[in-house]
Formats: sequence, C-alpha cells, structure tokens
Amino acid sequence: MGLTITEKILAAHAGVPSVRPGEIIDCRVDFVFANDITAPLAIQEFEKMGVARVFDPDRVAFVLDHYVPNKDIASANQCKITREFVRRHALPHFYDIGRAGIAHVLLAEEGFVGPGDVFIGADSHTCNHGALGAFATGVGSSDLAAAMALGRLWLRVPETVRYEFRGRLRPWVTGKDLILAVIGRIGVDGARYGAMEFAGETLRDLTMDERFSITNMAIEAGAKNGIMEPDERTLEWITPRARRPFTVVRSDPDAAYADVRTIDAGALEPVVAAPASPGNVVPVREAAGVRVDQCFIGTCTNGRIEDLRTAARILAGRTVHRDTRLLVIPATPAIYRQAMAEGLIQIFLEAGAAVSTSTCGPCIGGHMGVLAEGEVCVSTSSRNFVGRMGHKTAQVYLANAAVAAATAVTGHLTHPADVMGALVGA
Amino acid sequence: MVVRGAAHVVGHHIDTDVIIPARYLVTAEPAALAAHVFEDLDPSLRARLAPGDVLVAGENFGQGSSREHAPIAIKAAGIAAVVAISFARIFYRNAFNVGLPLLECREAHAGVREGDVLEVDFAAGTIRNITRGGALYQGQPIPAFMQRLVDAGGIVPYVRAQLGSR
Ligand code: SF4
Repeated sequence: MGLTITEKILAAHAGVPSVRPGEIIDCRVDFVFANDITAPLAIQEFEKMGVARVFDPDRVAFVLDHYVPNKDIASANQCKITREFVRRHALPHFYDIGRAGIAHVLLAEEGFVGPGDVFIGADSHTCNHGALGAFATGVGSSDLAAAMALGRLWLRVPETVRYEFRGRLRPWVTGKDLILAVIGRIGVDGARYGAMEFAGETLRDLTMDERFSITNMAIEAGAKNGIMEPDERTLEWITPRARRPFTVVRSDPDAAYADVRTIDAGALEPVVAAPASPGNVVPVREAAGVRVDQCFIGTCTNGRIEDLRTAARILAGRTVHRDTRLLVIPATPAIYRQAMAEGLIQIFLEAGAAVSTSTCGPCIGGHMGVLAEGEVCVSTSSRNFVGRMGHKTAQVYLANAAVAAATAVTGHLTHPADVMGALVGA
Repeated sequence: MVVRGAAHVVGHHIDTDVIIPARYLVTAEPAALAAHVFEDLDPSLRARLAPGDVLVAGENFGQGSSREHAPIAIKAAGIAAVVAISFARIFYRNAFNVGLPLLECREAHAGVREGDVLEVDFAAGTIRNITRGGALYQGQPIPAFMQRLVDAGGIVPYVRAQLGSR
C-alpha cells in the first residue's frame, strides 16, 4: 500500500521507511517560528528546559505581527521579551515592525519553507504553508519551545482525506470560497486530527495566493495540516525564493485515504461564513442585504497581492459607502510595496479606505479596528467566533476580497457582480 | 490519578476565543488570564468556578487558535480536569503541556448537569456521577504516549530527559 504526501514527508523526517495513521513519531523539523503572542510563553518554557542554545539559529524565526506597533504597555512588554531573547541568542531571522508582516505570508515569501519540509509554528494557521507541498502545522508555545530545543517534535500521524475539486470557477469565486464550501459541508471538526489533501483540476488554474488561502483554513475544519502536491506553478513560485534545497513529494497512486471527496467547484457561487462559525456557510446571495458597519481586507488568509488587485478592480472609480468603513491591510511590506507600484493603494485611498501597516490588524480583535456592540463586519479573515473581532455581540461574516470590496461600496452584504455587472468576469 | 469536583457544563465547539479573548493576550500571567476566562461565553461562569471543579464539554472543545493561554486560564481558574466528547488537536497538546488533564468521553456530556459532583479516574478513563446515584460514564483512558508525558511531569522534564539521553 502506498503513502500519501503527508505520510511520506513525515516518514522521511522520522527516519523510517513508512508510517501509518495513528502512529506516534518523533520527527525532525526543518523550521520553527513563533509570533509576539506565543513567543514569550515559548521563551519562558525554553528557558526552563535548561538548554543554552536553540537547535539551529538558521531554522528559527520570530515575527512580531499581532500587537505591533505595540498597542499598549502590556503588549510592548511582551514584545520586549522576544526582542531581548533574539538579541541574546543572536538569532538572524527576526522580523519587527517595519520589516515584519503576517508571519504565514512573510515566511513563505521569504523562502523559509519549501516542498517536502516539516514546518512548525506556534500559531494555528501555520497549516497555510501546505500549499507548497510541505507538512506544516500549528502547535502551542510549550511544544514550540521543545522543537526549538530539540529540533524535533512528537507527532501523531494523521489519516488523510483527499478533496478533489472539479470544474472551472465562475466569476468572483476564489480559493477562499472553495475552502469555505468544504468547511460548510464537513463542519468545523470534519477533519479533526486529520490531513486534508487538496487536489483536482480546479487547483491547476489557481494562483499560489489563492492556494494559500485554501490550506490556510484547514485548521477551521479541525485539521492538523492541509496540503497540495506541488505542480509547475508551485515550483515557479518557490524556486527563486527558497533558502534551502527542497524535495518535491507526491502521493503514491495507491495511497490509502480515509476518504476521497469530490467537489463540483464549477457549480459554486461566492459564499460567506455567517456568524459565528466558519462552518456556517451560505451563498452570498442568501445573506445579501445585511447592513455592514465595517469591511476588512487583509490577514494571512486573504491579505495577498491577488486579493488587493481584486479589491482594487471593484473600488476603482467608486467610493466606500458613507455608513461603512473599509480597512485594507497588505499582509507584508513586500505586498504593500507591490500594491503601491501597481497603484492599488492610490485606488484604496481615493475610495475612502484606511490602509494600515502590515500586521494582523483587527483579525483577533485586539486593535486596529475593533468592533463595537452589535456592529457587523465583512472580513476576509478566517474566524468569526463570538468576540473574535471585538464585542461579543458584534457579527462577522467571512468572505473573499471581492465580496468585502463590493460590500464596502454598497454598505450592505453584496455579490460583486451586483456592483460590477454580471458579465464582467473575475 | 482521580479528580473529584463539581461539574460545569458547556456546549459544543467551544473555541479558544471565548475561552480567553485575544484582547487579554497581552500577558501570560495565569491569574490575569483566569480573571477573564469564558467571559464572552457566560460572564457569570468565572465566579462559579471553585478549585478542583471539572469542566464538561461537548464536541471539539478548544477549537481555533493555538494560544496556550487557553488551558492556562482554565487551569488557573481552578478547573482540575476537562471532560469532553472530543478535543481540538492543538488544545489537546497544550492542555497536557501545561498540566491540565483531559479525558475524552462520549456519554458524560449528555448525563451530567451543572453542579453534579463527579469523580474522574484518568487511569480507568471513567467518570462517576456521585450526585446521580453513581452513574458511570466510560471514556477513553489517556493514550499511553500522553501518559508517559504526564508521568515525566510534562513537556519540560520530557525535553530535559531527551537532551540528557543524547
Ligand atoms: S491574520 Fe488573523 S488568523 Fe492570521 S495569524 Fe494574524 S491573527 Fe491569526
């Protein structure tokens, strides 16, 4: 019996010829990182472990992306712990405000993760990197500390379910809609403990930006990792960026899957996840008309250049509705610069949007756009739990960037075609 | 290990955002986190928690973010064990790492009412409901590997031992 891409990568890193779902393995890790919220705890635990150095300074990164520029004294003190640790250990891969972006987008862009890697982050959306054909998963701070100390981590081998997307996407349907549609079908624990392997002809036409937004949200179905087999487009994207040699791994034709599910992607319409669960997925048209106080385009799910281009196409020559606020946050400085070079930032500013420096922004409701009691937000992020973006009665609809931009123009939840005309394709 | 305490029952898919909202993640101080535990789920819950109490939850407890602050907050609020139909995977690891023991059990959630006195036996994987005539709910004993981590005293001693054996 053959192995899935996830099993092959894990076997190679555990130094064994084969692994089986359910098995506990001790696994070599290629790269680890923590952010400004998870790093202080990881550092505290690391220091208790009585180890003088991290396993390999070249394979550790710290990215300050959540509460920077520091929003208050407490968050400044937290960041100071990380800043001092990095200096004390002379760690080369440290990203502070100005050079930092959202870790998941930044670390991929900077080439720290490649096909075939085992990539561990103290942040649940680390599964993002599976779009590159890597095994990537999120852990808590103590596990990250263990990986920082040992260069290894214990893992339970997940069983894999393969999701095959068929058909060509309709206008305004994106990778975000594909993953939301899957989560809507299987539920927020539909892939709990498992690996989600995404495949099928639909993916071939998707840019890497859209592919990342799919693997990014595997955690919203409870998965350990989301993964795609690398193709030419993957290699085109990673080759000029990769900092280390990488290995292209593919699933065996006779790999054992827990299940194979086919999704008719060509039949999908743009969707939203309505409050207050990423699994509460309905077509945009069914939720259309809801009055919206704030739209947010950004995050590790949809703050990439493709998302900004799509939003700009809708916002060009239009303005944000007077009763709605639009926040745009490019995920990394490189994306910000690219958006400037392409004139997208100009379009956003002329439309009346607020454009902020590259951070997580209001995604976790800490600063930069926190919602008031009862407010409604359409967000390109990945989570809409109670209290996630502000007051516990605030309501968050998760959507793609086109829906968020169209909604910002009309002030109520809107299908992009209703702003752009039905015949203008995405 | 056996834990005996009063039950507090919560629902399905309780996420880490309602366990401890991110707006409070500007500290890793257990007591400061415990002050806000479950605030957005039920503002009165925190005040009802007493040391040694048992939390009983439905499916997929702890879904969402990787914040280890979530099990830290629960533990610092006095909860001695969490029993759930199932746990989200990152929360599962984090809870054991911070010394908050978890038990998976299909039956307890439907049978237990707020305030019932429970006896949770981790080795046997059972929960006895003292209040309801000693009703017994069979759960999953802690997997052997997790038990070794617990026996080692958590992830820190586990790593120390690994480093020592090199
Ligand atoms: S953008 Fe949101 S989901 Fe992504 S890492 Fe930041 S807080 Fe987490």
